[in-house]
Amino acid sequence: MTTLMTPATVSTVPGLTAPPPTPLSETKTLTVAKAINEGLRQAMLDDPKVVLLGEDIGALGGVFRVTTDLLAQFGARRVIDTPLAESAIIGTAVGLAYRGYRPVCEIQFDGFIFPGFDQIVSQVAKFHYRTQGAVRMPITIRVPFGGGIGAAEHHSESPEAYFTHTSGLRVIAVSNAQDAYSLIRQAIASDDPVLYFEPKRRYHVKGEVAPELGASMERAVIVSPGTDVTLLSYGALVSTARDAALAAADEGISIEVIDLRSLSPVDYAAVEASVRKTGRLVVTHEAAASGGLGGEIIATITERCFSYLESAPVRVTGFDVPYPPAKLESHHLPDLDRILDGVDRVMGRR
Amino acid sequence: MIDSSPQPVQLLSLDGERMPRPDFDPWVADLDGPALLALYRDMVVVRRIDTEATALQRQGELGLWPPLLGQEAAQVGSARALRDDDFVFPSYRENAVAYCRGVEVTDIVKVWRGNAQSGWDPYTVNVATPAIIIGAQTLHATGWALGAVRDEVDSVAITYFGDGATSQGDVHEAMVFAASFQAPVVFFCQNNHWAISEPVGVQAHRNIADRAPGFGIPSLRIDGNDVLAVMAATRIALDRARTGGGPTFIEAVTYRMGPHTTADDPTRYRDPAELAEWKTRDPLLRLHRLLTRLGEITPEVEAATQAQADAAAAELRAGCIGMPDPEPLSVFDHVYATPNATLERQRTDYAGYLTSFGSSDQPGEGR
Repeated sequence: MTTLMTPATVSTVPGLTAPPPTPLSETKTLTVAKAINEGLRQAMLDDPKVVLLGEDIGALGGVFRVTTDLLAQFGARRVIDTPLAESAIIGTAVGLAYRGYRPVCEIQFDGFIFPGFDQIVSQVAKFHYRTQGAVRMPITIRVPFGGGIGAAEHHSESPEAYFTHTSGLRVIAVSNAQDAYSLIRQAIASDDPVLYFEPKRRYHVKGEVAPELGASMERAVIVSPGTDVTLLSYGALVSTARDAALAAADEGISIEVIDLRSLSPVDYAAVEASVRKTGRLVVTHEAAASGGLGGEIIATITERCFSYLESAPVRVTGFDVPYPPAKLESHHLPDLDRILDGVDRVMGRR
Repeated sequence: MIDSSPQPVQLLSLDGERMPRPDFDPWVADLDGPALLALYRDMVVVRRIDTEATALQRQGELGLWPPLLGQEAAQVGSARALRDDDFVFPSYRENAVAYCRGVEVTDIVKVWRGNAQSGWDPYTVNVATPAIIIGAQTLHATGWALGAVRDEVDSVAITYFGDGATSQGDVHEAMVFAASFQAPVVFFCQNNHWAISEPVGVQAHRNIADRAPGFGIPSLRIDGNDVLAVMAATRIALDRARTGGGPTFIEAVTYRMGPHTTADDPTRYRDPAELAEWKTRDPLLRLHRLLTRLGEITPEVEAATQAQADAAAAELRAGCIGMPDPEPLSVFDHVYATPNATLERQRTDYAGYLTSFGSSDQPGEGR
């Protein structure tokens, strides 16, 4: 056919090469990265419509090795090593969801999500509303986020507020291995699209992981109970918040540390209950203060719990700057001392 | 501009004469007189619907309308080549495609009246909701096609977009993905020469069809005002996709005879002589001439066709004007598939606010 210009053919991608996978059957000590890997494996075993898409997620297992062995165990039809294009990773996931699939997209680094931003905000988030419930978007978008790893620009960001501001999305952030496993399974099983933020600098921290799903991903959990100050955090900063509670206890201040887990919707029932008890609130996140989640939570709690507050709530966050060079990130990131400084402020000690 | 591509494939001369074309002819050999007449009826009806919708906008019944005037052959010819199980991912101008797929005429204007963000359930007609973000739907089509391969069915995705969309990254990314995975998807570009006020030369320094082979996707450049060429090309592309041949790109060269939307004013940027020239290539006129040659056009046929078109227009008008406004609290519906406490609280608060005006007040009309 003269008018049909035919290009060269493309080679096929490799498929199954490993024996059938076995799921996590008993409590084990796993890193956060391995816990996500186990959660993905279980989700793929549970539902043949779960497919993974992302850059380098096949033979390499992702740049953080979170998808290790999944290509060999499930084959190239379910573990799709994609060309390097984030908008297409999300956009093709939309099409797969249209056909009843449950795509799990890996965005390689937080700062690389923006080429896919339009598909997430304009398409993924809106389809269910647009079609009055006819078309569901059970898409999970995995995003390693946050700093503290001495990385180059675009590799340390905390873009969660862009997504908590977007109606139609659920946003969660995990802080430990058990939640990493349980919440990736819950996210994939959700009929709503979920942004799943992974605490990049804690990928290699180990913890006990039981095969059970545990608390709903919508629930905030009290990491350590206290009576004087409510300290909210999520992701990598939860462990710093816990350290702050231990340090403050030495000074006689009792901090209740809450791991938010769900950033949209926020479990306000849990936060309100804690603030009614303590009367003081500190929110800490790595993302910039302006327009961030801390401001939103403090506004809501002020509306709902004003008469319970003993002092003005405080944010301890990254500054309103682009993520700085690695040699400056220790100044930018909230750390133990800055969180304790925030605690001192709500306690009226400064 | 270098015109490096072949001239658009034409099976029908401007005079309505059937032009032989050995590589395309077999694909439309089955189109006898009645089949051609059915295509003509479709084109007359969709033009009438389009005209009525424009009038409804002018009368304040629609907020906006994107006319398809001049693109009837491109849309009807391609849509009628599809199987029911194929899936369409359109832009917002493919109202003739929606009509051919069985979307109710009233549902076509629902979005433009502001009653909904989607006029129909995509799964009932296998037509996605029209994409307003330019080019975004090409990725959805590609993803759907990847799903079809995984489901081991031979259904095909077809995505419609314009010449303007070919500048969007999403369209390029869709072609990269479709080629890499040999996805059964047809990229159907209606080059209607204008992206609002930007002529196609702003989007493309060479013919748009030339781009696809660079991605590894075969392309066809056809006369988009020739319904036979459109149907043949679409069938060729669908057959390739169905039989594992992967994606095909079709550039249907046509012309937007009207404005971009009813909010646009082409007299500010377009030479009237250009429009006059394209009127001689009117897709309906050409098919009418062929049907006349074939003896299919009689006064009775003309009258019946016009009556069918007028009935569709009347149905559209009545359905549009009679469309009830959505309930105020439905603003909260379907944001999520699963319950959301934050949103439920807003719904409850707003419901309380509305009822605070008392039962005699109409909710949502303010104080």
